[in-house]
Amino acid sequence: MKDKKQLVVSAIKDGTVIDHIPAHDLFKVISILGLDHIENYITFGTNLESKKLGKKAIIKISDVFFRNEDINKIALVAPEAKLNVIKDYKVVEKKVVELPDEIIAIAHCVNPMCITNKENVPTKFQVVDKKKVSLKCHYCEKITDKANLKIN
Amino acid sequence: MKNKSLVSITDYTKEEYLKILDLAAEFEANPVQDILKGFVVATLFFEPSTRTRLSFESAVNRLGGRVIGFSDANTSSATKGETLRDTILTVSNYADLIVMRHPVEGGARFASEISPVPIVNAGDGANQHPSQTLLDLYSIRKTQGTLENIKIFFIGDLKYGRTVHSLVMALSQFNATFYFISPDELKMPDEYKIYLDNLGLKYFEYKEFTDIVGEADIIYMTRVQKERFSDPIEYEKTKNAYVLRAKMLANAKPNMKVLHPLPRVNEVHLDVDSHSSAYYFDQAQNGVYTRQAIISSILGIK
Ligand SMILES: [Zn+2]
Repeated sequence: MKDKKQLVVSAIKDGTVIDHIPAHDLFKVISILGLDHIENYITFGTNLESKKLGKKAIIKISDVFFRNEDINKIALVAPEAKLNVIKDYKVVEKKVVELPDEIIAIAHCVNPMCITNKENVPTKFQVVDKKKVSLKCHYCEKITDKANLKIN
Repeated sequence: MKNKSLVSITDYTKEEYLKILDLAAEFEANPVQDILKGFVVATLFFEPSTRTRLSFESAVNRLGGRVIGFSDANTSSATKGETLRDTILTVSNYADLIVMRHPVEGGARFASEISPVPIVNAGDGANQHPSQTLLDLYSIRKTQGTLENIKIFFIGDLKYGRTVHSLVMALSQFNATFYFISPDELKMPDEYKIYLDNLGLKYFEYKEFTDIVGEADIIYMTRVQKERFSDPIEYEKTKNAYVLRAKMLANAKPNMKVLHPLPRVNEVHLDVDSHSSAYYFDQAQNGVYTRQAIISSILGIK
């Protein structure tokens, strides 16, 4: 039986498919990966039915293959995301994402008195809890957790 | 520790704490030396803290070094809109070491990453003030003979008190037992209790301390500030419960000492000053020796 998502988001020849993104975090994933600044052919579908996530989104990017350290950043907002690497219409590799130990220049620090919110200083966090997504600011040492997470 | 900035108390290891304290003891024995001759230390105080600034400047002056700097943002270029980045990159041309106090949290860490000369953090907002912690450790070791297995009471504002948080982190390496005494609104934050739990260290939480004073080796007092309370009536009800008076020290151990980061308002009553346990002014004196140790070890002289 053909999956319903195949009907709404067309297949790509070569590139990467990112599936199981929570629908409301789609644009955060786009922003983290900088997909809003590249020229490649990109299609996405959102508000698709998902047993696991309720509503999910899917992104297909032609001719882009991510390095692990880049793609892992999306675990901040889409920890369940699954990647399919496509070559000649076939899935040649499947990947899951894992939050890296450090998050640089992606998330905002929750502390309004933090230097990263006062001057042009890129944020840097140590991931102190990968499961709960708990980030310790390298500068002000305050914790930013998932509920307060704002992406650039 | 040559050229190693001191931004946060966790930047130094237990061995490095002890090295600083040993050096501070040397300076206490011999506080006036000419070892900083030819060195310039900048004290950049973007917000005023007269006590801390004078302590650092006294430390440098007694070692024969020279001090440049400013004592509040009104006399600095910061009021003209200069960024911290530009101030640090400029002043680092004029000095061998920068001591800075800045209201923005993480400002000192950022400065240490862009500055070609080492930075000593003299307070970054509510975050860190590591020289205070080192002088607290020095005062504890000097009065107790050791830093190991100390029973320490922290009284007052344990929620916002950065000196409390840093000292808890430092003493956690010396098997201390902690007594946290505060009103509900100003309790020790969970993250520190979890940290102590993970290390298997003992701590107790109380709302008052009159009956247990006899347990303490050190009583560390902090200010309970009115503006920390969401309910002013709650403040009026609780403020007097966290004032130390001489009569409360009747059952204290003979070795017990009362510390306070100063300035005090009313939380240590004047009648404690003449009690043998009062140590807060000696503690301020120890601050000069400790800062002499910090500066000379970072400059690579000791
Ligand atoms: Zn921060």
